Amino acid sequence: MQRPSGAAAANPPAIELKGINKHFGPVHANRDIDLVVERGTVHGIVGENGAGKSTLMSILYGFYTADSGDILVNGLVQKITDSRHALGLGIGMVHQHFMLVDNFTVLENVILGAEGRFRIAPALHKARAALKALAAEYKLDVDPDAIIEEISVGQQQRVEILKALYRGADILILDEPTGVLTPEEADDLFRVLRTLREQGKTVILITHKLREIMAITDNVSVMRQGAMVRTLKTADTSPGELAELMVGRRVLLQVEKQPSLPGKPMLEVKKLTVNDDRKVARVKDISLTVRAGEIVGIAGVAGNGQSELLECIAGMRDPVSGEIRLAGDKISLRGDDGGRKARLAGLAHVPEDRQRMGLVTSFEAWENSILGYEYTEQFGRGPFLDIKAARAHAEERIKTFDVRPPNPRLKTANFSGGNQQKIVLARELGQDPDVLIVGQPTRGVDIGAIEFIHKQIIAMRDAGKAILLVSVELDEIRSLSDRILVMFDGRIVGEADPAKATENELGLMMAGIAATGGETR
Amino acid sequence: MGGTSSIPRWADIVLLPLLNLILAFLISGLVVLMIGENPLMAYYAIFYGAFGSGDGLGYTLYYATNFVFTGLAVAIAAHAGLFNIGAEGQAYVAGLGAILVALALDQTSVFLVVPLAILGAAAFGGMWAAIPGWLQAKRGSHIVITTIMFNFIASAAMIYVLNRFLKPAGSNGLESRVLDQTAWMPQLRLFMPGFGFSPVNLSIVLALLLLVGFYILVWHTKFGFALRTMGKNPLASRYAGMSNVKLIVITMAISGGLAGMMAINQVLGLNHRLVENFVAGAGFVGIAVALMGRNHPVGIALAALLFGVLYQGGSEMQFVMPNVNKEVVSVVQALVILFTGAMEGLFRPSLERLFAGWGGSGKAEAIARTTAGSES
Repeated sequence: MQRPSGAAAANPPAIELKGINKHFGPVHANRDIDLVVERGTVHGIVGENGAGKSTLMSILYGFYTADSGDILVNGLVQKITDSRHALGLGIGMVHQHFMLVDNFTVLENVILGAEGRFRIAPALHKARAALKALAAEYKLDVDPDAIIEEISVGQQQRVEILKALYRGADILILDEPTGVLTPEEADDLFRVLRTLREQGKTVILITHKLREIMAITDNVSVMRQGAMVRTLKTADTSPGELAELMVGRRVLLQVEKQPSLPGKPMLEVKKLTVNDDRKVARVKDISLTVRAGEIVGIAGVAGNGQSELLECIAGMRDPVSGEIRLAGDKISLRGDDGGRKARLAGLAHVPEDRQRMGLVTSFEAWENSILGYEYTEQFGRGPFLDIKAARAHAEERIKTFDVRPPNPRLKTANFSGGNQQKIVLARELGQDPDVLIVGQPTRGVDIGAIEFIHKQIIAMRDAGKAILLVSVELDEIRSLSDRILVMFDGRIVGEADPAKATENELGLMMAGIAATGGETR
Repeated sequence: MGGTSSIPRWADIVLLPLLNLILAFLISGLVVLMIGENPLMAYYAIFYGAFGSGDGLGYTLYYATNFVFTGLAVAIAAHAGLFNIGAEGQAYVAGLGAILVALALDQTSVFLVVPLAILGAAAFGGMWAAIPGWLQAKRGSHIVITTIMFNFIASAAMIYVLNRFLKPAGSNGLESRVLDQTAWMPQLRLFMPGFGFSPVNLSIVLALLLLVGFYILVWHTKFGFALRTMGKNPLASRYAGMSNVKLIVITMAISGGLAGMMAINQVLGLNHRLVENFVAGAGFVGIAVALMGRNHPVGIALAALLFGVLYQGGSEMQFVMPNVNKEVVSVVQALVILFTGAMEGLFRPSLERLFAGWGGSGKAEAIARTTAGSES
């Protein structure tokens, strides 16, 4: 299946970058990048957050202009000034966050930006025919008249790909394309990518998932700290080697942990129903139990009610019905100070989205290290804030969790994603809670930090805490959890033993297709 | 990715407002030139009018006191992420609270009347701001809309109250009776004759105390921490379990109470009676003061002083220069508000580029610069 990737010299590479440099103020985001992407290949680009992948692709796509260096498209030097220009050269991009108009049809989205003249009907008509041809050629079936918000995320992604192809893209850049997909949808995507390759298109795949690199790419380039470390043939490398190249040191990809010794039930959720802001039920009659000393993982595709479940248990969202018990006692977390009530009851919460919820990014690190606990006596008597005590506390937390740089006075936005997450974890674990609920603990976190964060979560478990974990990363759920519950459409559709369940079984459950026994417990 | 490009704090606080101010004065100078006067003379007239005599200085400080109060009112709300543009109406209604207390007790003692009048003004102003706060917190009615609407309601309601209840029988003007001297806020000229006939009064001490109190409240209390959390990220304050509803209502009450202190300065300190529309735009100037002062007490004090100078020096300019009338003074003031308030970010991009150009000193220093003392 390996296609000959090094074509003849007469046939120039689809993309060639020479000595690309890009500064943002004092930050050297890309340094002397050389990259060759052969025509008709799938080329992976891996690297930690902040390694410069997105900057590089943005330069290629015309969002930024490089400070120096040359871009060669099909052997010719080009000055790419904006995305329209890039498209003109046959470069299309599928963003991580789709650029679709939710209440438009597929067809309307495809012609967006290429509507033609005053009347829109001719453009639609033309696009319909073209779409049909493309769908047939690349096996990309989508109903052109479906409304975007009514089709699945995987389908939406196809629309993004179709959009690029319709505009004549020859080279497709995909930025973290599988982040929002079920394993099955990801497989579908890979099938599409293979078809594209067979038809002679070139694909650049940006990802941090090494498994995907191994599964689909022909060549892979590793970036670290703004520099291109190496480009390898995928067939000649291994996930271990790639991880090491990305981080610059050896990394444990698998978490080491002892079997769990569950104690008494600490967190009990009974017949819980929760609505979202639009009063649509997102959690439907869920019951679950987390015992002391165990990690219960909730697997599921994003948007199946996990967020609402977490927020409800953490006191941020009032339930419609049902009850929550902590260490056997029924607790009420209603009201808009529910978060504090939960903390007082011994429940700590690492939210799914640290920047949106768990941190104030414009605060200094020490301020975030007391967020949610600022009212306690340890940070000042009565109404006053003891800034000295808070900073000392932050300093200790930062040291314990190896936050870098170890400066409590640094603005939080200036820490990397992984270090921001460490600040949140350090804060929430530091108050010795009985129950810890964790959402997406390693989303947007570098491989090196992932290892550290996983170890901390396991250490909490071993200290006898009850931990409820939600993650869309199936690997993470499988390696951390002692029990897995699968959530689909607001319900728990199955339970699995992480040691036995295969990815395929879990994937089917996550897609709501198969449910094993042990419905709601 | 992409560095969080920013400029040093000193440049943000000193250089940027200064550049805006210079530009405002340059353009004002052009306006003065257009009506056939010498801009340099105009600048001199403003400066001399504001500082050249004890009377002038007294008036400058008097106006500045008003603007400190309204500036603090806007700033405290801004720290909570709330844009209170209703300081005008809040100060107006607070005048009612002050005058009711003063009318009832003006035969007693200044030590009783003034503190109670302050409380009365704070309560009325606070209540007038808390209602939009509550509507925002509970009903999602946008505070910008409601506070400005409350300005109109205040204006109409105060006319009704003045006309119906407070106007002495047989009087023509829309104003209450004059207070007995015991209810007057002591003016500084009583102790410092140098201030001539200017109305600057002990409210200025209250203003200074509140500037310090503001700093402590915002940066050294748990309430202030919660307030700033909500202001920067309301979802984070909800996550932390701070009640946003409570925070919004309390913050707005404090904001309205601060605006209400302006009524003490004017009603007890100058007019000694309640006059129709006595606020006369001071509430709106507070917005510019807070913007220009970066919501920090030191900045607010300086900005309030600047606007005090413009008010006092501007009116003096009219007397000195024959072609300059009230409207021209308004134009100058409006230009300053425009450049320091509404367009305060005008020079920011170029400054950022300038400082980024010096970035050879390395990333660490840049980070240290942008982050050092953002709390102080």
